[in-house]
Amino acid sequence: MAKIVVVTSGKGGVGKTTTSASFATGLAMRGHRTAVIDFDVGLRNLDLIMGCERRVVFDFVNVLNGEATLRQALIKDKQLDNLYILAASQTRDKDALTAEGVERVLGELGKEFDYVVCDSPAGIEKGAHLAMYFADEALVVTNPEVSSVRDSDRVLGLLSSKTRKAEAGEGRVKEHLVLTRYNPVRVDKGEMLSVDDVKDILAIPLLGVIPESQAVLTSSNAGAPVITAKETDAAAAYDDLVSRFLGEDRPHRFLTAEKKGLFGRLFGT
Amino acid sequence: MDWLKLFRAPPTKQTASIAKDRLKVVVAHQREGRANGPVYLPKLREELLLVVRKYVQVPDSAVNVQVQREDGLEVLEMNITLPDAT
Repeated sequence: MAKIVVVTSGKGGVGKTTTSASFATGLAMRGHRTAVIDFDVGLRNLDLIMGCERRVVFDFVNVLNGEATLRQALIKDKQLDNLYILAASQTRDKDALTAEGVERVLGELGKEFDYVVCDSPAGIEKGAHLAMYFADEALVVTNPEVSSVRDSDRVLGLLSSKTRKAEAGEGRVKEHLVLTRYNPVRVDKGEMLSVDDVKDILAIPLLGVIPESQAVLTSSNAGAPVITAKETDAAAAYDDLVSRFLGEDRPHRFLTAEKKGLFGRLFGT
Repeated sequence: MDWLKLFRAPPTKQTASIAKDRLKVVVAHQREGRANGPVYLPKLREELLLVVRKYVQVPDSAVNVQVQREDGLEVLEMNITLPDAT
């Protein structure tokens, strides 16, 4: 049976899809058979971030409605043989998502994959609810910013009550904090919540800190998950995150500002 | 001498600590209203109250039960306030 991991946040624009794409790719790079599903029905974007938008023929809703088989709808990654993407539909038919349907698809995927990553939509409506409902573990993506932290706390409340595990009394969904768009320079100036501040408030274990990075935009421009942008800070941070998720002990990096020398201060970077 | 301002760094406020304080309040409030504890919590509280009342007369508010999360551990905290001895 595959492990089901939801990537969620409550707030939009904090990096759920970026994280889903890189996390799934990182798992696949380590040899795990991985599927990543876009639950944002009506506003699909995972396909763009993964660079497979031109190969979407059938989507998640087609599979739920029985209009296509899972095999027809799964899109193989450009680079990795063991990574597949299931796109969301672009129609606004949100009623297509039902608990029974999602359970069936996840059950089928579970037979063939080691990990199923569910990219949740923003908000706490049906799509977000079903993305987390069957999860074993959750990556809670948070920006060091008040509205994002508050929304993450809301989502933690839902994870502890509105999931199959919680309802069946089978323990809790394992929560991981992923802090994205972190800027150590602004933290040093006292302008941004620090990683310890956010950990204090949300009180869940920290899985990774992704620095604010130019590589995130340039990678999405090119349609490649940022974890594949070798030698960039964001890729290294996501790589560490995946290793930690798999149980490796890796120290956190990119938490402190690099000291600029005189040259750097004079000419910027 | 407005041009002198060019050489002075604008005053920076430590807004991160304000953010943290505000969030603590908001989050604490949010967690109060959360059906976070197990479903048996209200019933447990009621039965406790009955047991306590076998021995001591206490008001409804005397028994307080809550579940708290600390470092991934769940702690069931029960508080029973006894009336002042008369």
